[in-house]
Amino acid sequence: TEEEIMIRDSFCTYCQEKLMPRILMANRNEHFHREILNEMGELGVLGPTIQGYGCAGTSYVAYGLIAREVERVDSGYRSVMSVQSSLVMHPINAYGTEAQKQKYLPKLARGEILGCFGLTEPNHGSDPGGMETKAKYNPSSRTYTISGAKTWITNSPYADICVVWAKCEDGRVRGFVLERGMEGLSTPKIEGKFSLRASATGMILMDEVEVPEENLLPHVSGLAGPFGCLNNARYGIAWGALGAAEFCFHAARQYTLDRIQFGVPLARNQLIQKKMADMLTEITIGLQHTPEMISMLKRNSCGKALDIARQARDMLGGNGIADEYHIIRHVMNLEAVNTYEGTHDIHALILGRAITGLQSFTVGK
Amino acid sequence: MSARVLVGVKRVIDYAVKIRVKPDRTGVVTDGVKHSMNPFCEIAVEEAVKLKEKKLVKEVVAVSCGPQQVQETIRTALAMGADRGIHVEVSGKDYETLGPLQVSKILAALAKKEQADLIILGKQAIDDDCNQTGQMTAALLDWPQGTFASEVNIEADKLKVVREIDGGLETIKINLPAVVTADLRLNTPRYATLPNIMKAKKKKIANVKPADLGVDVSSRLEVLKVDEPPQRQAGVKVETVHDLVGKLKEAGRI
Repeated sequence: TEEEIMIRDSFCTYCQEKLMPRILMANRNEHFHREILNEMGELGVLGPTIQGYGCAGTSYVAYGLIAREVERVDSGYRSVMSVQSSLVMHPINAYGTEAQKQKYLPKLARGEILGCFGLTEPNHGSDPGGMETKAKYNPSSRTYTISGAKTWITNSPYADICVVWAKCEDGRVRGFVLERGMEGLSTPKIEGKFSLRASATGMILMDEVEVPEENLLPHVSGLAGPFGCLNNARYGIAWGALGAAEFCFHAARQYTLDRIQFGVPLARNQLIQKKMADMLTEITIGLQHTPEMISMLKRNSCGKALDIARQARDMLGGNGIADEYHIIRHVMNLEAVNTYEGTHDIHALILGRAITGLQSFTVGK
Repeated sequence: MSARVLVGVKRVIDYAVKIRVKPDRTGVVTDGVKHSMNPFCEIAVEEAVKLKEKKLVKEVVAVSCGPQQVQETIRTALAMGADRGIHVEVSGKDYETLGPLQVSKILAALAKKEQADLIILGKQAIDDDCNQTGQMTAALLDWPQGTFASEVNIEADKLKVVREIDGGLETIKINLPAVVTADLRLNTPRYATLPNIMKAKKKKIANVKPADLGVDVSSRLEVLKVDEPPQRQAGVKVETVHDLVGKLKEAGRI
């Protein structure tokens, strides 16, 4: 719609003018620009699909377009935005009490506070149902005591709040809002990370953290809770990955037009042209879809984007491994994007089950 | 203050696009080419909205002349904070020959009709680089003008304008109503926020025809041809000043 186009264009200008100049050094030095949350908050793009509480209340298509423009710059920045919007604001909005929404949503929307989403554990990635983090209720103090560890948590080292999913005594998984400063809660940074370096990733360590019962998200129990959030984010990721692929395609196109070898631009060669034709085809096809095919979308967009980025890197030859040309950064980032939110293989099994009616996640029946 | 500001916005080819001349040399290619609001018009809108935020003016009205597509440009102004828009419908041949004289006649008529107290325009458009509309509009209305403004302040019922001129900066005080044209350093236009873009959908854009304003848009100018600038020729390097003088004499330059 005209409105969605305006949103995309306005945000695209912001991304190119304000985010692009920072990313080279942010990625090289693994520096997280906390300020971009405030900037995005001012533009009203955080939690865009939420109605009220200082949010814009726009469509999923607009969300996808926003994600695509951010990821055109960097997947790390887009991860930070997705976590804040879909994995922190969404669960509070969908599963929280009115008091919780009033307390957290407006500040999250402005980027005043930063949130993170704690589901994955060191021993449980693809099978979150097997999580070991436990929440025990104390009737005398009306609190829950939560112990466990979460890892690969985007934003955690800088987060003000953590939406943590823990198994309660009835065996059901529930969501809790933990706040920085609670005793027993720490968020160490993960070092030596060679993907999404512009965003800070860490663990959430909980050693008998006492959480008041008002911080439980009451309107959901079971894995449907976290999965609902991930589904919300997945749309943005599928569009976002294509934004990264589009950048790589355009960068490779410009480079091969400019670079002269053996007296002609590289783009004069058939192999180069075929590669670009394939890239553009995949990107264009990737953008045609309906939200129901989200599993197929995510798997395809992320997988293809990674291929396109690698091809583009190859087309830049030696210059392609220098971060000055940006493509290698996208290659590095898309490795993580391909993996999180449901690995390439897991989505394959989801589709396989939909196609055949038979599950092949486990060896049992 | 109950002031009403009229801001003119022009839809032009985006500054980042590589311009190509049409094969028949009657103009440049505009079909399928990205267009956006003229950068100096963005600065004009930003200044008007800032004045409204400081409560120095009450209403900001965005105006654009052209075919259906200029409504996008007006919507962008609304998303930045203008209150309502006016689309003056000009299309086809009339639009191709629309220039500063016709636009300034339209703006003058609108200023009277809307009882505007201040008109803010960009200093020039990046497609024709005319730098005439503001000045002509002021003349037609017999209003004072503050052109190439890098600072604008309302003091009592007068306008203090700092102008960028060749020698530096010139400060003038002019009476209201007046015409101001915005230069680069006047302000940095804001990004339209999501909530404002969505609010802009509900703001009104009125449609008006030049004839309704009593304006004749026919042009007295005829474009004969449009060409690309000549390709830059290779230069020649010389070793000494003596050689340089020799070459210049050869070329008949001295």
